Parts: sequence; C-alpha cells; structure tokens
Amino acid sequence: MNISRPFLFLKSLESLKSKTSGVKNLKIQVNNLYKIFDGKGKKEIEMLKDGISKDEILEKTGATVGVNDASFEVKEGEIFVIMGLSGSGKSTLLRCLNRLIEPTSGSIRVDGKDIMELNKDQLREFRRKKFGMVFQNFALFPYRTVQENAEFGLEIQGMDKEERSKKAKKALKQVGLDGWEEQMPDQLSGGMQQRVGLARALAVDTDVLLMDEPFSALDPLIKKDMQDKLLDLYEHIDKTIIFITHDLDEALKLGDRIAIMKDGKIVQIGNHEEILTNAENDYVAEFVQDVNRSRVLTAEDIMDKPKAVLYNQDGLRTALHKMRNNELGSIFVLGENRKYRGIVKLEDVVEYINKDKEDIEEIIQDVPIAEPDEKVDQLFAKIADINTPLPVLDEENKLEGIIVKTSVLANLASENV
Amino acid sequence: MVIKINEIISLLTTRIPLGNWVEALVDFIINNFQGVLDGFSALIGFIVSSVETVLAFPNPFVLIAIFALIAWKLKGYKLAIFVVLGLGLVHNIEMWDPLVVTLASIITSVLVALILGIPIGILKAHNKYIDYITRPILDFMQTIPPFVYLIPALMFFGLGNVSGVIATVVFAIAPPIRLTYLGIKQVDEELKEAGHAFGANWWQILFKIELPGAMPSIMMGINQCIMLSLSMVVIAAMIGAGGLGQPVLRSLNMVDIGLGFEAGLGIVIIAMVLDRMFGRDS
Repeated sequence: MNISRPFLFLKSLESLKSKTSGVKNLKIQVNNLYKIFDGKGKKEIEMLKDGISKDEILEKTGATVGVNDASFEVKEGEIFVIMGLSGSGKSTLLRCLNRLIEPTSGSIRVDGKDIMELNKDQLREFRRKKFGMVFQNFALFPYRTVQENAEFGLEIQGMDKEERSKKAKKALKQVGLDGWEEQMPDQLSGGMQQRVGLARALAVDTDVLLMDEPFSALDPLIKKDMQDKLLDLYEHIDKTIIFITHDLDEALKLGDRIAIMKDGKIVQIGNHEEILTNAENDYVAEFVQDVNRSRVLTAEDIMDKPKAVLYNQDGLRTALHKMRNNELGSIFVLGENRKYRGIVKLEDVVEYINKDKEDIEEIIQDVPIAEPDEKVDQLFAKIADINTPLPVLDEENKLEGIIVKTSVLANLASENV
Repeated sequence: MVIKINEIISLLTTRIPLGNWVEALVDFIINNFQGVLDGFSALIGFIVSSVETVLAFPNPFVLIAIFALIAWKLKGYKLAIFVVLGLGLVHNIEMWDPLVVTLASIITSVLVALILGIPIGILKAHNKYIDYITRPILDFMQTIPPFVYLIPALMFFGLGNVSGVIATVVFAIAPPIRLTYLGIKQVDEELKEAGHAFGANWWQILFKIELPGAMPSIMMGINQCIMLSLSMVVIAAMIGAGGLGQPVLRSLNMVDIGLGFEAGLGIVIIAMVLDRMFGRDS
C-alpha cells in the first residue's frame, strides 16, 4: 500500500549520494562463491548444482551450506547492503570477502586482484590495507581506552605512536567522540561503543568498510541516529561500504543496492525500486510486504502524554497558570472520569480574564478527534488545518494522548526512508 | 585349552612391578644424565644464592622500607603499614635471616614456575595435542603427595636449596599453566576475529589480544603459585632447604612449641604480605 510513496524521498536521498557520479569502477567482484561447513566441499557443491536443497544435504552428508553460489559486484563508493534473516548466510558471505572464513570455492576480486590466490602473509597485508571491519557486538578491547581501541588497526600496521595517535584522534572526531579518548569502553553506552568500533575501522583508512549488522544490537532511537551518522560520514569519506542487516528498513535507508539472501543463496539484487516493486520470488515479496505493513504507524504509536490538562472545577486563572508553566498555546479540558470535553485556547483565556469574565465553559471549543488506531496519513488530513494538538480518545471518550503536528510530519517523513 | 587359561590367569595375577620401573627410570636418569642434572642444579643454585645475596645485602630495615614502598605503590598505604609492622615483628623475633632465605627460594621457585608455566599454558591453549598431553601430567603433579617426589629430587639434585626449589616448582607450576590456559580460552572469539580482520599476525593476536584479555586469570595463577610455594616451605626443609622451614622442623623434633609458633608466624606473615601485594583487589 505504501509502495509507491517512498520513492519521492528516496530519490532525494539518491541525489544526495550521487557525489560519486559518473562511471563507477568495479571495486569487488564475487563469482560463484561457495562455503560448505563440515563437509568435503566438492561433493556438496555438486549436490547443490544438481538442485538438492540445503536441508537434504545436511541430512545426507552432515555438511552445512553457508554460502551457495553467490555472485555479485560492488561498485566503488557505493553502499552495498546484504540482507537476510538470521541463518541466511549473510555474515558468512561477508567474512568470506576478507577470508576470515575460508571460502570453499569461487573467486573474489578486489580491485581486479583475486584474493583467493593470496598466501597468508599477503592476505594479512591485504586486510590491513583494504578492509576495515565493524562488528555486531562491537568487539572492542575492554582493557584498552577508547583512544587505544581506535589505534588498534594502525598499531597492527606498525605505525609509530605519534602518527597513529593523530589518526585515531581524527577518526574519533569524525564519529563525534572527541573528548572521550581516555574512557574505557564499558563506561560508554552501546551507541557510543559502536562509534568507537566505527572509528577503529575509519582510522586505518581502508577503501572498503565491512559492516556486520553494526546497529542491530542498538535500541531503535540510537539505531536511527547511527544510520544518520553513517550516511553523514559517507558523504565525507571516500569508501565502499558493504553492510549486513536483517532489517529491510535499514537496508532501504542505507543501501544503494541491496542483495537479499535466503538459505545461503542470493535471491535478488537490485536498487530500492527493484526490490520493492519487482520482487523476484515469494520470499522477497513476503519480506517487502512485511516491511510495508510494519511501516504503517497509528495514532497510538506517535501520541504523547499531554503536559497538563484542565479539570471541571478549574477556572480561568488555573488554566492560564497551567498553560504558562508548560508553555502551551491551548489545553484540553476533561470532565468526570477523565472524559474528554474540548479544548481551551490561550488567547481566549487571556481575553476573558481581561474582560473580567468568569465562566470558562463559554470558551471550550471542539476540535477534530482521533482514534488510537488511525493511520498517520489520515491523521495528517485531520491535523493539517488546525493549530491545536489532536486529542486521541478511546471508545469511552477518555483522553489517551495528544498528537502534535510536528510528530505527524516527522513520522510521515521517516516512514518513507 | 586348559593350559592356556592357566597361563592367562597367571599372567593376570602377576604383580606389575611399577615401583621397580620407576626406580629403574630414576637410576637410568642419574647414570646417563648426571651432567645435565648438575648443570641445571648449578643454574638453580646460582639464582637462589644470587637472590639471597641481594636480599641480605641491605640493612633489614632498608629492605623493609623498600617492601613497604612497593606495597604502597601497588596497593596503597594500608598495606605498607601492614608490611612494616609484619616484617618488623619477624625481625624482632629474630627470624629475619631464615625469612630472607625462604624469600629467596620462593622468588626463585615462582620465577621458574612462571617462566615455564605461562608459555606452557599459552601452548596448551593453542594446541590441542599439548592440551591432551599436559592434562593428565598436571593432574598427577597436583594430586601426588609431595613426599613422593622428595626422594627423586634429592637423588637428582642433592641435599639443599636446589632440591627444595625443584620440589616447590613441581608442586606450584600447575596453577599458572591452568589459569593461563583458561584465561586465553576465555578471550572472546569476536575480539580475536577483530584482530584477524585488521590483519594481525599470530604474535600480535597473542600479545595485543589474548594475553591482555587473559591477564586477570594469569594474575590469579601467579598468586596461587606464590601461595603454593609458601606451603612447600616446611616440606622442602626436609630435603635440606634452608629458611623458615628449618626451625619449624626443629621445633617438631624438640617439641619446642614457642620456636614452632615463631617460625610459623614468619611464614604466615610473608604469605600475607605476598598475597596482598600480588593478589586480586577486593
């Protein structure tokens, strides 16, 4: 239902990202990559090619298929998102790229060089120069300060102390952690810890950033914040990012292109539009549908508690006092049992007090009301023309919460990200 | 048929001459490796006497002050006060000289145990074969009564401090090995993975990730090692090791309750001082 609307916003996001416009070079090229755990390898790959399923192979041979015939290309300077549910092989695929997990067969070219051919020493050198990595559970060293954590990759490269300290400081500054250098990781919140993880990867200044569900362990608000931070950073750094997530919202927000994985196989690769409108099979369709359903926010989700309300016995002066104290332009009036009665505006109260009138009843006004399960776009229609908050009432006419215009607009916007 | 069964029964009931084998092994080592044993003995003897010379060189009060200073640096002024009072009492009851000898043996034993034990623990954590091989040996060393290996130690290295140090090392080496192993095993896989992802080699993983991560556990191993070494002081005295163990043994022979208590108190004080200095912070 919301499928069409997101693109307005996404388009603008894409134009934002198009600083690397023009012909993009291929950065990473993966061809027919397989990873078989606990098996002979060749035999299981043959079975996969014969169309035997992952479950059957596990049953027959005891081998687990991690990655099944993955092929994709990543262009220089793009954010490539690999998405799938847990167990879909996305983390395995990511670790195959820098051979933290040794692929069973296939080729991985980075800048045209096949990294499957590198020996141990060359591989280490390659990891130092080409890949920075950010981990789901941060993987910070608890016995190192924030600064020392950020320096880690440079230390491994054998850089001298002064230079690496400078570079680490710069990276910490980029992620907004200047001033926290001497803290220990466990003194930081989850979001800040992951910023240290990000700084550690930025400090080594590699071309490619591998990010393994970096924001999954964070709570939703922090997560959104970190996504914004990453996009912001992405504007200022020249990096190719491969980002793993199980969250399609996140994939759509961050990814230039998205690969969807299931049972070790890449089932579809495409940009937002292709993924959302041209689901290539039921699995993707279900994913996308799920996401769209969850995107529909209702009044209940976005309402706030009123800062203050008026009761029957309250007079004009109380109304003025409550509004002044809470910096409100209007205030809702409740009757017995918190039943909703209407709203009183500040200008009316002031006028009545100036005219020495007493009866507050005369200035109670009606405004449109909302039900808890009304959708955000309906709310928008209601709130567009009024300049007071919208009351949310339950079936007994009790005031459940209030909705202000800004939160409707904000949620309409974020819904499209 | 009948004959064969009889043969089997007689074979099964034959006593296995385990004791003879061990004796033969000890004889074999003494006869064929005397040179190696002597060299080792000389080395250990040299370390013990050097440490002893260093400790005995300054005036006792200077040494107490140095210890107090170290304690202050490590754990604060309270421990420093305790060190001054405790060691002062030992000096007062004229147990200072045996205390220095004991301290020298302990330091040597612990050094040897750590120099051998921590690398073995590291290897054990990285190599499953070494892990399999060392496991029963460690069990054996930890549970066999020390008196059993006093005699071979005596035969290999002769009467005196060296035998005492060797017996102490055998007794005290298990905790540093086991706790180093445990500490490294407990290091989060994701941390090691991060190390690999940034291109760290084997040594960098070891020194920058595994050992720092295992440090609390290794420190506990060192503490245990010191404590076990101290518990060997009296037993080592039986094969001629000098120090506070000697007056304890003598008091046992002469039923001298007072002397036994004074020497025993010396051991307790040095144990408490070392435990607090190199122990976990409570």
